[in-house]
Parts: sequence; structure tokens; C-alpha cells
Amino acid sequence: MSMVRLRVNGATHEVDVDPSTPLLFVLRNDLDLHGPRFGCGLGQCSVCTVIIDGNATRSCITPVSAVRGEITTLEGLAKDGRLHPLQQAWIDEQAAQCGYCQNGQIMTAKALLDRNPNPSDAQIRAAMDGALCRCMTYYRVQAAIKRVVRGNGGREVK
Amino acid sequence: MNTSLPPGASRRAFLKGSGVLAITLSCGALPAARAPAAEAAAAGPYPDPDFRQLDTWIVIHPDNTATFHVGKTDGGQGTGTAFRQMMCDELDIAYERTSLVMGSSDITPDQGGSGGSDAIERDGWAMRRVAAEGRRVLLELASERLGAPVAMLTVANATIALQADAARKVTYAELLGGRRFNVAVEGRNVDAISVKAQVKPVNQLRVVGQSIKRYDIPAKVDGSLKWAVDMKLPGMVHARNVRPAFAGATLRRIDESSVAKLPGVLRVVSRGNYVAVVCEREEQAINAARQLKVEWQKPATKPFPASKDLFDYMRSAEPTAVTQPQVQGDPDAAFAGAKQLITAEYAVPFQGHTAIGPAHALADPSDGQMTIYSNDMKSYGLRNGVATFLGMPRAAVRVVYMDGPQVYGRTAADDAGFEAAFLAREVGRPVRLQWSREEETAWDTKGPPYVFRLRGALDAAGKLVALDYEATAADHAHLGYNEPDTVLIAQLMGRRPQRPARGGAETPAILYSIPNRRSAAKIVAMPLVWETPLRTGNLRDPNGPQVTFAFESFIDELAVAAKVDPLQFRLDMLRDATEDNVFRKARSIAVVEAAARTYGWDARPAPRPRTGTRGNVQTGRGIAYTYRGNTIAAVIAEVEVNRDTGRVWAKRIVCAHDCGLAINPEGLRHTVECGLLHALSRALWEEVEFDTEKVTSVDWTTHPSLRHSDTPERIDVVLVNGDPNPGRPDLPPYGAGETSHKPVIAAVANAVFDATGVRLRRPPFRSARVRQALAT
Repeated sequence: MSMVRLRVNGATHEVDVDPSTPLLFVLRNDLDLHGPRFGCGLGQCSVCTVIIDGNATRSCITPVSAVRGEITTLEGLAKDGRLHPLQQAWIDEQAAQCGYCQNGQIMTAKALLDRNPNPSDAQIRAAMDGALCRCMTYYRVQAAIKRVVRGNGGREVK
Repeated sequence: MNTSLPPGASRRAFLKGSGVLAITLSCGALPAARAPAAEAAAAGPYPDPDFRQLDTWIVIHPDNTATFHVGKTDGGQGTGTAFRQMMCDELDIAYERTSLVMGSSDITPDQGGSGGSDAIERDGWAMRRVAAEGRRVLLELASERLGAPVAMLTVANATIALQADAARKVTYAELLGGRRFNVAVEGRNVDAISVKAQVKPVNQLRVVGQSIKRYDIPAKVDGSLKWAVDMKLPGMVHARNVRPAFAGATLRRIDESSVAKLPGVLRVVSRGNYVAVVCEREEQAINAARQLKVEWQKPATKPFPASKDLFDYMRSAEPTAVTQPQVQGDPDAAFAGAKQLITAEYAVPFQGHTAIGPAHALADPSDGQMTIYSNDMKSYGLRNGVATFLGMPRAAVRVVYMDGPQVYGRTAADDAGFEAAFLAREVGRPVRLQWSREEETAWDTKGPPYVFRLRGALDAAGKLVALDYEATAADHAHLGYNEPDTVLIAQLMGRRPQRPARGGAETPAILYSIPNRRSAAKIVAMPLVWETPLRTGNLRDPNGPQVTFAFESFIDELAVAAKVDPLQFRLDMLRDATEDNVFRKARSIAVVEAAARTYGWDARPAPRPRTGTRGNVQTGRGIAYTYRGNTIAAVIAEVEVNRDTGRVWAKRIVCAHDCGLAINPEGLRHTVECGLLHALSRALWEEVEFDTEKVTSVDWTTHPSLRHSDTPERIDVVLVNGDPNPGRPDLPPYGAGETSHKPVIAAVANAVFDATGVRLRRPPFRSARVRQALAT
């Protein structure tokens, strides 16, 4: 065990864990941040996605000791009590079904729009392709992303 | 629609009716969380809530809000929102003033949990009746309070006033807030509840029919919802299973020293062939489960053929059950006199649930009781099953339903609940268990594989005069829900039921006029029946996607042989149908026509005529139609087939759908949409693969699923819902969770034929298979 310092959603935390512990379990079990969930532990499904320094990162295969930058989780998207435009679009489009994977959908979409505020349909499909959903909400998830792109007029959406 | 064999649907109906099954539920992200009754019972024991007491269903709070308790669960289809809408209408209270608790075995009445897509169709009636009764009782109380007969009162949004003087009024809270109704209702079971009040006719429903947004979504997108997987308790430890390395393997030795030095390891638990590790932390349990050295002895005989040999095996296996063929007319004579004889064989492999979140549960053995936090869709069944399994009184066991990954039938949530409870009792601490991805994908229950043989006879006019249908399903020992002698841990401990379940093999839902026909079905067993990952259980309309794929593909082949437009071919047979129960014939015709209109279907035989130079991408359209119970769906798929790569893309899907009264049209559309895409995933990607010892498709690389890039460019869900008899005020709602799921594989296969002239008779239609089919 050793002390690891993490910057998460604007706050600093110190946790005493084995440095090889996947970030996912530190976020969920030590910091009580439940947005990211366990889906595969293999980096294949995106359910565990967090954003580290702008990059959508699979926290289930990221050792906590390897994290250097600022971590944003689903809980950190809303600012000053206002939902992130993607979260609002998810509600407007009623994009979730069971919702278990939606953390991965939203966080992957956020990383995409932060990088490219005006993606084409093909770019949305390509960027989102690793975010799996077994309820098959893909059509509405894409509609929600397009809604944000439209509402934003292609501007930066952070 | 069913043969004399007990098919999935009727088996489920039996299970539910017997009261062996249970409930599910979900807590809304709403204010008044759990009812006062629940707090009092928190330490146990947990006797059954009395469904004959109004107070079990409805709690009126002092702030003039209400909480509804229902014995169902919501796997993400928005049924929870729909229940509230139905009950709000009957109780006359605004939707915003209500909250809902679902499927907690100690506080919600046992309505069997979810399953069979009957939440609205069946269970909604009991909810409506008790809510109507609540309104009636409140009106009587108001009558006394206001000194006026009920007939002179009016109700609006939880307030009762004199019709003649709106200022003289009293709220529900003033009449009953924080107190009990103390009113009993009647009924020999929960579905047969009868009350003095009348439910409202459809034309007086105001909340029903609105597309109210689901209450559970905001907390699911901001990360605030607490799921079953998020539950934590003081002293809680983490467990992972260690599964046999080979199907049917026997445990020979565990080398506990292999994990003794690992951090956090508390216990290696084993009983029979069941093995698990229990650790302080989650990642420690994952690591220890990987590191634990276990010697397994392979079984003397191969547990199953390799998946590439599955259908050959099924064709030659001795059946374990055979149905009495259903015969109508004189098929032999009709075949003998046929102008054209068409035959075809189809096959569908094992397909799994493979939930996005592996199975899990948290079990708490405190106070000599057992509380299980689970997303199991049948919480009462889990509760009863665990009580039997552990030899505990039922009242000592409680299941608290919380949200979780999708539940389309008998998932491994059942298995995980039993395992967590067993481990919690072993270690005497709350145990949180979650399966690994590989475990979920390999060991979860599967939909049964099928092989089909169809024969059809056309007369000189191209009409279908005879049909012969023969299905074989590998469904012997089909698992029920939460059975204490068939859940995986019970099997691995060596427990066995008296005899394996017979399983089901279905015949298609045929409304078409086919004057002479014979339908037969048989069931075969895999060589290894128990302790095998190839376990069959209900998966979203347990047999419908398989059976409808074969049947509606064959109807298409007949239309091709008759050189008739495939949509017209179906419409003609529907128009000639003699059955019209619940207007099913009229509604079927309306649904098929609506799909055609929405798509812009131009009548012509398939395949699409080739004109000019052929590019590498060919486009085609296909239709398939079906019904499930009283719900009807027609699906038109438009596909692009890349002849070079073999990739099939369903570019557009149209689904016309009629399930009677729509409680929440947008929620219904979404449910239908996701049912379509789930089936598209089964059409294009899903297959359980195995060698002769173990499942080899174990993660998202080896077991691919539909992805964003496969998503249609456009989906149109057309709600045809309407009563052909507009004078009838009582159009009932029918189930919608599974019907749209049934016809998609056939619609895609028919579209691929239209595009390419090549018939695909075996899903999934992955690129390699399609390329190969196009090359031959």
C-alpha cells in the first residue's frame, strides 16, 4: 500500500492503496464516485470511462499510480448546479434505457465534443464505436449528441 | 401460437400464477423514499406484504403527495413511469406529487416481478384498481368531512371539493396524510383483486397517454443514482467466483498457498465444485481469483460438440421430448397436388444475455436475517429461492431491488444473488459479489439454439396451400427463475432437481390463411446437462426471434417462388385469415400497411432487379411481420450489403406496432426501438462459440455485439395503436417489451436477399459468413 494523490472533479484526494489498483476501484470504493462502473475490466466496453486531461480513459485498466492529470468523472460534469449540455440532451432525448453503460456513452461523447465541437455523423459513429450498450440505445445516444452539436452551433461545449 | 409443448411463454405464465415467483422493483429518484412500514421492518423479520390491504399499495403523505408500492421492476423500459401514470389517473393526483417503490420483497406486494412483457398488460390492472379504490375511500371521507354526498363532490389533483362551491374543499393529506387507509380489498390472488370502485374508461384518462419523461433518467445521467452495484455496508467484503476451467470438471485440489500471501485475502470458500475467494477489497478479490491455483479434472466424456458442429449434432441427437404435431386440413394431399414445392433449412445458434454489467449482488447476514440487494427482475422469487437454498424461514430473507443492467429474462442476476447470500453466511459479513466479464459471457444463461426444416406448397395461382414446419431446439433442462436446485451454485454443489425441465420448442404465431399445415417441434439435450455453461433460460421472448426468423424467412422464399411482392404476399394471406380475436386480423393488416406506407414500399417481387453496372454495395429491403399475444409488429429493414467485405448495414428500419392503449407513447417508442436494435445485434453479431470443453466467446472481442457504427441512419417507429371499433371505450394496453424483437432477424435476411439474391439461413450475418455466401 502507498499513498496516492489524485485530483478528481476539482478536489484533491489522498488514498492509501496498492499502486497497481485500477483507478476504477479507487474512484468507486474509496472516493464513492459511482458514475464509472465495472463492465469488463479489459478496456473493451467504456462503461468505466473517465476523462483525464481531456482524454476519454478506461479507468478499469489504468493503474491508479499511472494517473498524473486531472480526472473528471460523470459527477464532475455539472457546474454550479447546471447539468452539462450532454446530460441535458440525454434527458431531452430520453437516451438511457437501463442506464448502466451511459457513463461511458456520455464521457466518450464529452471527450469527442471537447476535441471537435462540430463532428459529422461519421465522426460521431467512429468516436463512439467503443462505447457499448446492451440495451441498444445507440440511436438515441447519437441523437442526443447531435442535439448538443446543433444547439451549440458548433462552438466549444466545455 | 404454441404447440402442446410447454413453450417459454406458457411456462412463465405457470410460474407466475403459482406464486413461486417474485417481484422486482426500483426506487424512483424521488423524495419520499421508503415507506414508514419499511423502516419499522428494517431489522427483520420480513413477512409478506398483504396485497389485500390498500395501505400496502398507497401511502398518502402529510404534504399531500403519495407513494405507490408495486410488485414489479423496471429494466429500463420506463414501466415505473407508466405505473405511476396509470395510478395517478385512477387516484386523481398529479404525476409530480407521486413517487414509486418497486419490487422490495418486504414492502411491496408480490406481483411476480418482471417478465413476459405483461407489466402494463396484466399487472397494471391491479394497480389501477387499488388506486381507484383509494380515490373512492377518500371521497367517502371527504363526504363526511364536507357534509355532502359523494355525488356532489369533485376531485382534482388530490383535492376534493363541492361541485357547487370550490371553496369548500379538503385535500387527501387533510383526510389521510400520514395515516393508514385500513381498507381491505378482495381477490384470491393479486391479479384477481376486486374493489368497489370502478376504474376509469379510457376516454377519461388524462395522465395516461402523455409522454411524461422517465423519472429515473436524470439520476442516471448525473451519477447520483445508487445502483445495486453501488451498495456499501459497514464491514462489507468483496468476493469473486472461480469457475471450473472446463465444463463438467470436478474439483481435485485447491492450493490455498497460491493466494495466502496476497493482500486482503480473507477466505477461499469451496463447496463441491463451487469456489470463490473473499477479500477486503474488490481489486484484491479479482486478483486472488486469478491467482488461485485450482486443479480440475476433466469429465470422462466431452460435455458438448464444438459450436461449429452444433447443428449437425442437433439434427442427429435423440429427442428428449417430441410434440404431437398440430395438423390443420390435409397437408399430405395438398403437398401431393402442389404446383411448386419449396423446402428450406434454417439454424440459429446459442445467443446469450451478456449483460453490460456482469451479474452481481450484495448480501447482508446481519441479525440472523439475510438481505440481498439485487437488480434481479423477480425479487420475490430470489427471496423465496434463497430461503429454501439456505434453509432459512422465508420471513428471514428480504430482497431489495435496485437498478442494474438490462434484464431480459432469466439472467445470471439470479445466480449471483444466491452466491452472495451463501458467501455472506459463510463469512458472517456483508458480501458484495460481481462476476467477471469472461464469467458473465461464458456462464450466463443462453437462448436455445434451433434448427428448422420448412416445406411449402404453392398452387398454380402462387398461393400457399400447404406448410410443413419442423423445429428442433436444444433446450432440455431449461432453467426457471431462482430455482434453489438449478441455480449455478446449486448445480456446482451437486444439487439436482428431481428431473431436468423439459424445455420448450415453439411453433410460429400464424395468423396467415394457410389451409393445410403441420407444425411439429422436438427438444434435444446437449451431452452434459448440469454444470455446463451452455445453460438455456428465457432470453427476451424466449423462442420468438429464432422461430420468427425461420418462419418469416420462409414466407419470403415462398413469395419469391410465387414471383409476388413479399409484402403483398403477406397481406393477401392476412386478408384471407379467418381469426379475428381482439381485432388481430384487422390490426395486423393495419400494421403491415402502416409499415409499407411509412417506408414508401413499392410493390415488386424480390430480389431487386439489377440494372447497369453493379457496384460493390447493393441495397435491398425486407419485411417481416409477427404478433406476440395481442401485440402486433411489422418490421421493414433496408440494408446495404458490401459484396467485397461482406458487411451488412441496416441503414433504415421501420417498425409499425400495435399494442393497444399506449400509456406513454415516447417511452413505448423507445422500448420498441431498443427491441429492434437488440434483435439487430442478434442478426448481425451474436453467437456463443465453444470448443468441446468450454465456451470460447468470452469478452467483447470474441463475442461481438452491435456498436454505434452499426446503428441505422434512421429508425421510424409507427404506433398504429388504435381500436378499429372507435365506439369502444375500453381499449386495453398489451405488452410491448418483446414483440418488436421477434421479426428483425428475418427482416434483415429478407433484405439481404432482396439486395443480393442470396438467402442467408443462419445468423449471425457477420462479414465472413456473408462473403462466403455471396461467393457461392
